[in-house]
Amino acid sequence: MERTLDSFEIGDVGVVKRVTGEGKIKRRLFDMGITPGAEIKMRKRAPLGDPIEVTVRGYELTLRKAEAACVTMEVEG
Amino acid sequence: MKRFALAGNPNCGKTTLFNNLTGSTAHVGNWPGVTVDKKTGTYKKCAEPVEIVDLPGIYSLSPYTPEEVIARNYVLDEKPDCIINIVDATNLERNLYLTTQVLEIDVPVVIALNMMDEVEKLGNKIDEKLLEERLGVPVIKISALKETGLDELMKRAYSASQKPRVGATVLESSALSHLIGDVKIALKGQGVQNPLFHAIKLVENDSIETEMHKETLPMIEEFKATFEDDVFGDDFEALVADARYKYISKYFAPVLTKKQEKFSMTKSDKIDRVLTHKVWGIPIFLVILFLVFHLTFSEDLLYLGAAGVFDKEVVAYSTVTGEEISEEDFASGAVYLDEDGNEVEAVFYGDEFVELAPVPYAYDKEGNKITAFYDAEGNELTVLADDEGELLDLYDAEGNKYETFYNADGYECTLALNEEGEFEDVEFVSEIDAFCSEITVNTFFGYEESVYSPGVILFNALDTFTGLLSACMSEAMASAPAWASGLVVDGILGGLFSVLSFLPQILLLFLFFSILEDSGYMARVAFILDRIFRRFGLSGRAFMPMIMGFGCSIPAMANTRTLADEKERTATIRVIPFFSCSAKLPILTAIAGGIVQFFGVGNADLNTYAMYLLGIVVAIAAVILMRSTTMKGEVPPFIMELPTYHLPQFKALMIHLFDKAKHFIKKAFTIILASTIVIWFISHFSWNWQYLEDSEMNLSILAGLGGLLQPIFTPLGFGSQLGEYGWIFVVAAVTGLIAKENVIATFGTLAACISAGFAANEALGGVDSVVQMINATGITIPALIAFIAFNMTTIPCFAAVATAKAELPNAKSFKMTLLFWVATSYIVSTVIYLIGSWWWTAFIVAAVVAAAIAFIVLYNKKDAKNKLKVA
Repeated sequence: MERTLDSFEIGDVGVVKRVTGEGKIKRRLFDMGITPGAEIKMRKRAPLGDPIEVTVRGYELTLRKAEAACVTMEVEG
Repeated sequence: MKRFALAGNPNCGKTTLFNNLTGSTAHVGNWPGVTVDKKTGTYKKCAEPVEIVDLPGIYSLSPYTPEEVIARNYVLDEKPDCIINIVDATNLERNLYLTTQVLEIDVPVVIALNMMDEVEKLGNKIDEKLLEERLGVPVIKISALKETGLDELMKRAYSASQKPRVGATVLESSALSHLIGDVKIALKGQGVQNPLFHAIKLVENDSIETEMHKETLPMIEEFKATFEDDVFGDDFEALVADARYKYISKYFAPVLTKKQEKFSMTKSDKIDRVLTHKVWGIPIFLVILFLVFHLTFSEDLLYLGAAGVFDKEVVAYSTVTGEEISEEDFASGAVYLDEDGNEVEAVFYGDEFVELAPVPYAYDKEGNKITAFYDAEGNELTVLADDEGELLDLYDAEGNKYETFYNADGYECTLALNEEGEFEDVEFVSEIDAFCSEITVNTFFGYEESVYSPGVILFNALDTFTGLLSACMSEAMASAPAWASGLVVDGILGGLFSVLSFLPQILLLFLFFSILEDSGYMARVAFILDRIFRRFGLSGRAFMPMIMGFGCSIPAMANTRTLADEKERTATIRVIPFFSCSAKLPILTAIAGGIVQFFGVGNADLNTYAMYLLGIVVAIAAVILMRSTTMKGEVPPFIMELPTYHLPQFKALMIHLFDKAKHFIKKAFTIILASTIVIWFISHFSWNWQYLEDSEMNLSILAGLGGLLQPIFTPLGFGSQLGEYGWIFVVAAVTGLIAKENVIATFGTLAACISAGFAANEALGGVDSVVQMINATGITIPALIAFIAFNMTTIPCFAAVATAKAELPNAKSFKMTLLFWVATSYIVSTVIYLIGSWWWTAFIVAAVVAAAIAFIVLYNKKDAKNKLKVA
């Protein structure tokens, strides 16, 4: 099933399928390791609900929901 | 001398490695044209000394952030003899992504596999021989923190630097290899250096490259047209990034063998769970922030004094019956006997008992002891006494100082003082119609017992030391002409010391914030607060520098370096002074106190608090305005690594602190000193080059200039309408540029010039000076508030201006910033004065603001539409 990263609940795991978005943001996502095939685990939300924290390629990354919406994920089920 | 460059991700231990390689030879400068630290130093243990250049921490060589562009330009243009690429072994995949890009440049590269101790602690292994084989460059295991493997690293780097290396790419094995090969051959034919690197960047549509190789572009487009990928189509940037990570996962990641993986929370995870907790995250942050300020500025550490920890049970005895009376039964101003039988008075501050103080006393000509003092109208005068209860000064309720007073029997008296100004005797002057009055209360300005915070202790220590130096200098120059000793003692030393006096607290703030930054907490603060700040067009990172402004603008402005976006940084630097710093507090309290005392309006604490709020509101409004007009730009993306928590390194903190102190002192001795001398000069010389004492400042060039400028401030309420002495406010604002405390001090000095016999009483915190000013000029309440607002939002002190200049990207933006401060303060103060004086002008102001907002919104909409059309 396909879902965007911003719709993930805490603890959800998925694999990046595609990354869209405007050039600078897309490039930054790539550089930080969010490329197709990378496994991402949703860790937590900030106290005010946004941004979110995820684990990717073994480290912690934070990004806003708006930016997470650029990442399409493949999840099981 | 050979030059080695250190390159690596942020948080990979690069700074630690740099510090340990270079030691005391490190030097911090700026990369040309940008405010990013450039650190250089020398490593001496190779066959010859090697210069080490610390490149900014980067994740990639993309063209989007200034740090990346700096690192890229340095490597391509300055051609270091070797690049030492530091790789965080605990975070191998993402760190090697940069490595794959660095390897494409025709330069010797060695890989420093850092944090190996951490990896081994987790029970994991890295096969560095295999990694070395696959990367094709030397790989050395090190621990920058524990200083292991550093000499080996430098030895290998040194030998690598002896022979040239041709760039290689991991994209060789990808579908892109033919395309890249073709472009590379074309570039090579043109004699381009580093053809492989440029070829790949050109294929990626890198904006810097496409700009640089315009003529080659059509050919490359032709090459590209023949290429089509099933997944990415013609998105070459995505293709390249994807190919790199794929290669890393396939060939490099396997060098790491992980111990049997089982789910366990690391220490860092546990800390994080508390610090970024859904409910407690924000309260914890507020407490940490409070502690930082409290430890730096509080005069009552942990409120121990207020909590009564130092209170002793106080007992006194009735003067009539001799029976014991305890603290809770004391009445304000009542006289009791202490244990030794001396008369003491219960001193209260508000409703709070402060201490039992000796009753101030004097003797009249007949030898009668006087303990209550009156002016000619029979009003009780306030007495300040020394520790022995001897009379020092007399004030009425408005803060006017009295030389003459009356005893309870109506005899006029004056105080006879000796040369040191100490009380000797009361001289009887005349007998007038007696007015009798009961002995009433007098007030004493006492303080509660408390422990100072480290910041205040350091501040006081430095203050005592500089005070001593000034006194020695003044002694030494006693025989010199008055102007010369004035110049040296008041102009140079006074100015210098008033700026340096902030140094302890500035450094302490720096230290606390460095600890928060180095420990990894600051990144979490951005994470917690991003949601709030995005609304104002800023990222969560901007919060820290702003809030630091309440302490001091200087560390606050320097801290804006953590902001990635230049426009965001500029906007933040501009509004930092609006967060009223500790040096502006005396302006607020003195004027608020003056308003309460003279007009009987409001409450000094509330007024002060309201002014702080005003500063914040102005800052927010200014940020929104800037971000929607001149400093426009989309909210910077917030895609950020949250580094693992770790204990800050003492050595790194000290090195950082030492750098900051050096910078500040250097500025204090150059630009700030020069400006201070200029202001001292124009306030102590008259137009015909006559030296003036402090008490004659009203004749100075500055006073004259103040008079000239006075009409400009009429709309603000402290201009021409104040008549003869209106220039005082202008002059005070100008002297405030040296240090903001000077504003009220200048009031004191000038009050003495214009009303004979006035001497500011330090214990009153300038309230008496302000009252004197109100008396002399007839300034209104709205104008006084406008004056506070003006000082809060106008150009900050010289030290902060110098910092802003260093932190802003260029001279033009610095000039615009100065203009911005002047304009903001002028507009804000005018609005306050107008609405405060004539309430109905609020409608006009509201209409103008509404019109401005409507205009900006409409303009931006139209602008956005036009842009869409172009696109």
